[in-house]
Amino acid sequence: MLRFVVIRLAQLLPTLFGLSILLFAWVRALPGDPAQALLGDRATPEAIDRINETYGFNEPLLTQYGMYLAALFRGDFGESIRMHEPVLSAFFDKLPATIELSVVALAFAVVVGVPLGYIAGRRAGTNVDGGIVVLSLIGSVVPVFFLALLLKYVFAIELEIFDSVGRQNARLDATHTTGFYILDGIINVQFAAAWDAFKHLILPGLALGTIPLAVIVRQTRGAVSEVIHEDYIRTARAKGLRSITITVRHVMRNALLPVVTTLGLQLGLLFSGAVLTETVFALDGVGQYLYQAIQDRDYPVLQGFILLIALLYALITLLVDLSYGFIDPRVRES
Amino acid sequence: MSEKKPPLLEVDDLSVTFSQRGRDPVEAVSEVSFTIGEGENVGIVGESGSGKSVTSMALMGLLPERGVTVGGSARYQGKDLLRMSRRELNRIRGTEIAMVFQDPMSSLNPVVTIGTQISEVIKRHNRVTSKQAADRSAELLDRVGIPDPRRRLSEYPHQLSGGIRQRVLIAIALACEPKLLIADEPTTALDVTIQAQILTQLRELVADFGTSLIMITHDLGVVAGLCDEVHVMYAGRIVESADRRPLFAQPRHPYTGGLLQSVPRLDSPRDEPLEPIPGSPTDTLPWSEGCAFQPRCSNAVDQCLQQTPRLEPDDGRLLRCFNPLEGGGRDR
Repeated sequence: MLRFVVIRLAQLLPTLFGLSILLFAWVRALPGDPAQALLGDRATPEAIDRINETYGFNEPLLTQYGMYLAALFRGDFGESIRMHEPVLSAFFDKLPATIELSVVALAFAVVVGVPLGYIAGRRAGTNVDGGIVVLSLIGSVVPVFFLALLLKYVFAIELEIFDSVGRQNARLDATHTTGFYILDGIINVQFAAAWDAFKHLILPGLALGTIPLAVIVRQTRGAVSEVIHEDYIRTARAKGLRSITITVRHVMRNALLPVVTTLGLQLGLLFSGAVLTETVFALDGVGQYLYQAIQDRDYPVLQGFILLIALLYALITLLVDLSYGFIDPRVRES
Repeated sequence: MSEKKPPLLEVDDLSVTFSQRGRDPVEAVSEVSFTIGEGENVGIVGESGSGKSVTSMALMGLLPERGVTVGGSARYQGKDLLRMSRRELNRIRGTEIAMVFQDPMSSLNPVVTIGTQISEVIKRHNRVTSKQAADRSAELLDRVGIPDPRRRLSEYPHQLSGGIRQRVLIAIALACEPKLLIADEPTTALDVTIQAQILTQLRELVADFGTSLIMITHDLGVVAGLCDEVHVMYAGRIVESADRRPLFAQPRHPYTGGLLQSVPRLDSPRDEPLEPIPGSPTDTLPWSEGCAFQPRCSNAVDQCLQQTPRLEPDDGRLLRCFNPLEGGGRDR
C-alpha cells in the first residue's frame, strides 16, 4: 500500500516536469506580454523595459526557465505581477471557494444522477430509459458558460430567487476562519451565514454539475443494467429478500464501483469548468483568479496555478484509486 | 406415483413462453406436470436447452416479467406459486422453497462477505439478532463441511474455491430448513471428485432436514444415486416419467435410452465406445409438427412426422413416444 503510494507519487514527477515546460512555453506564446498588459497601450518603451528588467523577462528563454525551475525546487512559485502577492498563498487563499463549488456541483450530480441512472438501468429499453438518456445527453452537450448565464438570467435576474454574484452577502459580516464559507458559518454558529453561502452556490453548482451529472447517469445506467442480470442478483431474489435490500446491498454495491472511478475524474474536470462558472457568478475562487491572470498575462500566476491544479488532480486520482481498495474487496489484496 | 400423502408441490400443465417484439414467440416449456411429496427426491433430466432450468426458474418466480408468459399451475401446499403476489412469494422463497444454482463462481455477490450472504436470509425470515444469525451461519458452514467456518464468515467469494463456494450456496439454501430444495445442476461447474462429495453431502443433508429435493441435471449419473422418481425432458416437454429403478433398468423412450448409453459405466468393457445421441438439441422439430426428437431418433417411424405424441401412461410410467424401445432396450 505504502509502496504503491510512493511509486505513484514518484511517477508524478516527470509529468509535472513536462507540464512545467509546456506551461512555460504556452504562456509566452500568448499574444501580448505582462508589461504591456500592466501599463496599457500608451506605455513608453522605457517603462516596459523597466518592468521586463524587474521580472527578468529580458533574459534568454532558457535562462528564464532555469530560474523558474530552480525556484520551483525551493517551493517558490513566484509572485503575481499584478497583485504583488506570492502565487502559492494566492492559490490556497482562493482554493476553498473552488472546492466548495466543486463539492456542491458534484453532490448535486451524485444525488440526482445515481437515482436517475438506476431507474434508467432498471428499465433499460423502455421510454423512461430513453427519456433519461436523452436528457443526460442534452445536459452533457450544453456548454457550461451558456447554462451558467441562462440560470443566472432566469433565477437571479428575472425571478430573483437566488443571488447572482459573490460568495456571500457582505452585510452579514460573517466570520471566516477556514475560508470554506459554509463550514465557517456552521463552526461559528452563524447558520444564516452558512445558508446564505450555500444559496450563492446553488446556481453555479447546477451549472457546473450538469456535465458530471450526465456522465454519472450514463455510467450508473450501464452498470445497473448489467448487474441486474448477474447470477448473484438471482440468488438474492431466490432468498426472498426485500427489494430494497436487493437494490442497496446487491445491485448498487456492485454497480457503483465504476461510478466511483468516474467521480474522481469528474472532480478533476470540475476545476476547468470552474473557471467559466466562477467568472459568470463572480465567485472569488481559483477559476476567477486564473481568468484574470490570463487577461493580465500574469505569467507566474498562470504557470503556478495550472501546475498546482495538475498536482491536485493527480492527488485526487490517487485518492480515488486508494478508495477503490476499500470498496472492492477483490482489489484490496492485490 | 405416490398417492399416500397430499403432495408438497403439484405442477400441472406448466408452460413458459418467451416473446420478443418482431419475433415469433418461443415455447421453452410446455405441458410439464409432476408432483413431489414430502421427503421425496425427484430428478429432472435433459440436455441444455431442454427447458429444465426454465422450469425451476418459473417455479421460483425468477423469470423476467417482461416478455414471459407462464401458464398452468404449481400448487405448493395448495397455493399456486405462479399466481402469488411478490410479497407472498418473498415470504416463501428462501425459507420454504430454496434453490441452489448452477454456477458457484457467479452466484455469490463478489463484494459482500460470506457471513452476510448467509445471515441475510436467516434474518429476513426469522426474528433473530445479528449475533444469533452469525452463529447459525457458522453452524451451517460446518454442516456443509467447510472447515474453520468462523473465519470464512468474514471472507469474500473470490477467496474461496469453487467447491467451497458451492457449499456456501447450499448452506444459504438450507439456512431456513426449507421444505423443498431445487438444485439446478449444482455440481456441473466442479471437479469430478468434488462433485461426488457434494452430491453425497446434499443427499445426507436433505435427508436430515426432511427436505424434498428437485434435482435438475443433464447427468443421469447424478440422478442414479439420489432420486426416487425421474422426469426426462426434451425440447421443453417431459418425454418419459418413471421411478428410478425401472427407468434405469429399462428405458422406454429412445431419448432416455440415448442418455443412458452416453454415460460411461464401470462395469462395461473398457474398449466399448460410448454411444452419443446423434445431432444436437438444436436439431428439433416443433412439437406442433410431430415429435421433436424425431430428427435424432434411431427408432423413428412415419407417424413421428405426422402426429404429436402425447404423454400417456404405459406400464406404470408415463411415456411420450409412438415407437418406444422394447424390453431390454439397453443392450449391455
